[in-house]
Amino acid sequence: MTTVETAIGTAKTMVLNMGPQHPSTHGVLRILLELDGETVVKAVPDLGYLHTGIEKSCEDKTYSQVITLTDRMDYLNPLGNNLVYCLAVEKLLGLEVPKRAQYIRVMMVELQRISSHLVWLGTHAIDLGAMSVFLYCFREREEILKIFELFTGQRMMTSYIRIGGLALDPPAGWRQPVERFLKMMPSRVDEYETLLTENRIWIGRTKGVGYISAEDAIALSMSGPTLRAAGVAYDNRKMFPYSSYEEFNFNVPTRTESDCYARYLVRVAEMRESLNIIRQAFDKIKDEGPIKADAPGIIPPQREKMKTEMEALIYHFKIFTEGFSPPPGEAFVTIESPRGELGCFVASNGSPKPLRVHFRSPSYINLQALPKLIEGQLIADVIACIGTIDIVLGEVDR
Amino acid sequence: MTEPASKNANVVAECLRSWNPKAVAEVSEYRGETTIVVPRELLRATAEHCRQDAKLQYNFLTDATCVDRFPAEPRFELNYHLVSIPRREKVRLRVWLGGNDPVVDSLAPVWPGANWLEREIFDLFGIRFSGHPDLRRILLPEDWEGYPLRRDYPVEGYRDVPNTGELFRKSSTP
Repeated sequence: MTTVETAIGTAKTMVLNMGPQHPSTHGVLRILLELDGETVVKAVPDLGYLHTGIEKSCEDKTYSQVITLTDRMDYLNPLGNNLVYCLAVEKLLGLEVPKRAQYIRVMMVELQRISSHLVWLGTHAIDLGAMSVFLYCFREREEILKIFELFTGQRMMTSYIRIGGLALDPPAGWRQPVERFLKMMPSRVDEYETLLTENRIWIGRTKGVGYISAEDAIALSMSGPTLRAAGVAYDNRKMFPYSSYEEFNFNVPTRTESDCYARYLVRVAEMRESLNIIRQAFDKIKDEGPIKADAPGIIPPQREKMKTEMEALIYHFKIFTEGFSPPPGEAFVTIESPRGELGCFVASNGSPKPLRVHFRSPSYINLQALPKLIEGQLIADVIACIGTIDIVLGEVDR
Repeated sequence: MTEPASKNANVVAECLRSWNPKAVAEVSEYRGETTIVVPRELLRATAEHCRQDAKLQYNFLTDATCVDRFPAEPRFELNYHLVSIPRREKVRLRVWLGGNDPVVDSLAPVWPGANWLEREIFDLFGIRFSGHPDLRRILLPEDWEGYPLRRDYPVEGYRDVPNTGELFRKSSTP
């Protein structure tokens, strides 16, 4: 049980236990708040309530089996988690993924970014009392989940991105729903903005709340929209492009105010940029072409080949009984998840199971800055600040 | 298996060697990633230099993690991944730690962001960071025994009994 050493002394202040079961912590997060009247003097986050030892479990699975575990970390960004893990293993193996698969990956991950930002916007607004935005956001998120279901067969735990490519070819007729979504979405983003951007209550609750300077944000290893709202244009898609992002044309929205309102504006602008990227990927994806790398022994063979070719059957059997063994070494890959820099470190010792899989989860590291954001603020702003970091506790605790 | 050193690897190694010849024990390149092995006692000074030096500008600590190479000795491989935002470069600083004395200087005084990263390593690997401002368990309960991410810690844990129905039958009999 974590206890708090009070900063001023027991006579003047009181300690308030917030969570772990509190709706605005978006999961199970406990924060010990020391209050002087309504002002937060000290805040101590206490986490680990959702710790399931995913990194330890990874060490007991073959490389392909780990993918299903990554889905369950950041459950608002399963495709991004699949992607970062697969990129790391592909780097370890030295695999080149076909362009068509890379573009489909980009499209899916950007759709995921929009859906994640929609959940963030909806829940952040509901925390601050704007009920209706939530309903609007979930209406559009549903459309994205339907697209995921069409592509992957799953709405949330997709496991769609696999080592060396994708699990499935895009289904027949996939273009219509994506096209419909791309046509519909810009006006829907406008709709959210009419509800919030100039809303006096919204501005009152978010403007000037939760300030952090750019130097502090970098020193605390913050990343993603929180860092970009502080004026640092650090985006992995531009800085260290992966999955052919260098071929896409997009801007990195930044603000300099570095408060909750600026972070809201950055995320809304990011949704628009993502739509722009999806449109480009949509045009780049050809109707025919490979979706998996040519690497027998690592990529499961096609079903038809297994029935006609002996080698294919042997490879299939070997991949699913003992797995494949990358050469000994380490690889560290970072991508831009909706929450920030998502990294994956994979170490191999030449056996079919990874020696170590580590995820650099942006929620965990951004949450570290929470005391900095809320100390000296009012207790009502704590809710705004937790929301504005956009944490997913499944990823914080892993 | 090593690859020829990249341009950035040469820049970092040269810069660190000219500052302190002992700071770089080994430079290796694998899959386009540069790893600089640093002696344990020089870790904090080297990290500080990487952050401050005008030629390096590694201002962002992105990740810190550990690999347990049990039963090899030294078993712990501690990796710090640094990013230079102005230079768009990455580097990995590595320290080897022995199993009977896993202590190293904390990097939290250099990057405050190392605080929770090191707490996580302490929690799951049992590596102690001297000079850390708040070295407590973070993900596991405070009374947890052992360090689960060590390779000699079984995946099923020590104490959890698989539910074979035995416990249920015992508890339900009056």
